[in-house]
Amino acid sequence: MKVLNRRNFILGSAATASAPFVLAPVYAAARGARIVIIGGGFGGVSLARYLRRHDPGLAITLIERDAQYTTCPFSNGVLGGLYPISQISFTYAKVKAAGIDVVNEEAVNIDPSAKTVALGGGRTVKFDYLVLSPGIDFIWDSIKGYNEQAAEVMPHAWKAGAQTSLLRRQLESMPDGGLVVIGVPAMPYRCPPGPYERASLIAYYLKANKPKSKIIILDASDAFIKQDLFMEAWHRLYPGMIEWVPGSKSGKVLAVNPSTLTVSTGFDDYKAAVANIIPPQRAGAIAVRAGLDQGTGYCAIDPVSFESRVHKGIYVLGDATIAGEMPKSGFSANGQAKACGRAILAAIADTAATPAKLLNICYSTVDPNYAFSIVDGFAVTDDSLHLTFEDTRTTPIGASDDEHSREAQSAKSWYANITAEMFG
Amino acid sequence: MRNLLLQVGVIALIMAPGIVNAAQVSNGEALGDACTSCHGIDGHSKGYIPSIAGVSKATLLQELKAFRAQSAQATIMNRIARAYTDPELEALAEYFSSRPRR
Repeated sequence: MKVLNRRNFILGSAATASAPFVLAPVYAAARGARIVIIGGGFGGVSLARYLRRHDPGLAITLIERDAQYTTCPFSNGVLGGLYPISQISFTYAKVKAAGIDVVNEEAVNIDPSAKTVALGGGRTVKFDYLVLSPGIDFIWDSIKGYNEQAAEVMPHAWKAGAQTSLLRRQLESMPDGGLVVIGVPAMPYRCPPGPYERASLIAYYLKANKPKSKIIILDASDAFIKQDLFMEAWHRLYPGMIEWVPGSKSGKVLAVNPSTLTVSTGFDDYKAAVANIIPPQRAGAIAVRAGLDQGTGYCAIDPVSFESRVHKGIYVLGDATIAGEMPKSGFSANGQAKACGRAILAAIADTAATPAKLLNICYSTVDPNYAFSIVDGFAVTDDSLHLTFEDTRTTPIGASDDEHSREAQSAKSWYANITAEMFG
Repeated sequence: MRNLLLQVGVIALIMAPGIVNAAQVSNGEALGDACTSCHGIDGHSKGYIPSIAGVSKATLLQELKAFRAQSAQATIMNRIARAYTDPELEALAEYFSSRPRR
């Protein structure tokens, strides 16, 4: 293929003019399109890397407040003492090396008509296409007494990092026989199976180190995802250690007192040794400030392109969105990022984005060699993302030790691959 | 003869999904974007999940159809494969078979 002159190329093209892959040479016109991405998590980083892999000519800017990112997926393993937090923490060095302009500042405001983003340092950045992947923020004080200061005593650890380390230290220093309280908000929240995986891996740590201790899950809901599989695992691995209190049995956390470590529901007060309070959530502040949530807390999007229903040319990914039946997960955000990336490439080329099916694969690890999963397929129907099948989405009840062990191996392999796609 | 070879080469280049045009993504690649979250970029996996890059189209298609028919041993692929139609499985097999092995 070392000689490819123009005459031969035209001959070759003419021979395949009817092939569906042959397209007008629009690529040159795309050069210089400015893509600005706010948020350096699963949605934002996946998108930046996807666009860069497909088009070296785009000017891609990633705005992320923090210089280091700790993944929420696998952070429950840190709480269980399976590995240190350094193992799930990444810098943006390789994102930068891939030719993406990483700006470690906070995005404070968006001007959709001027097409600019204002940064905390006073600078503004111009965009042709803007993508927000801001994750979630907490609705403070929706639980009485629970605010940012209280979270330094009763950590949420629902944004991984310093909060994860704080909760881990508290578990390490609590006495044997103490009570760990986990407060779970009503849906929708980030990572629906996360609180129950967390209870499992905390139980793993306590069983080996502080076996007289107990865990109580105070839940605003009456059911949870993979419930039968969690209950089966708790019965097999941690009998008598984990109690779950559903919303209808007064499980919803209404108030906390950080100075006495008391967690209160409608009927009961629980005196905790360690209190992990996961508060209600909404889309990250920047999206709410820009009105992209239309006052609902989460952002409506086009299910093919993830373009905002509020502002054309602005896209929203991940936990901040209302994405039909897709749950708020790192896997979802990663798949949405690629769909959005295809849509942006198509928009630059002035063609229509074609819908593709999306997946969500979610492993829950309950001890180092025991995991189970739920798999969801999604397709766009009736202008929303719907499950392609409803039955047999999870690992079966009564699966063998070998099956659970293979799922635990798969979970680790998934984590290695998805983080390599983003940060490798 | 040289001209003919060149033409064949150019046709192959134009037909190969993924390298046709930077601003366009083939159907197989678009569907395959969901697979790489577990199987790695281009189907190159680290660890337990198998690499699928450069596996022959026939082998991939046979495996995917067997997963969907619940007639092959799998960890989770027998559940996932049900999300896809015959033409979609074929596009996926075509795409990953075209990815270079490492």
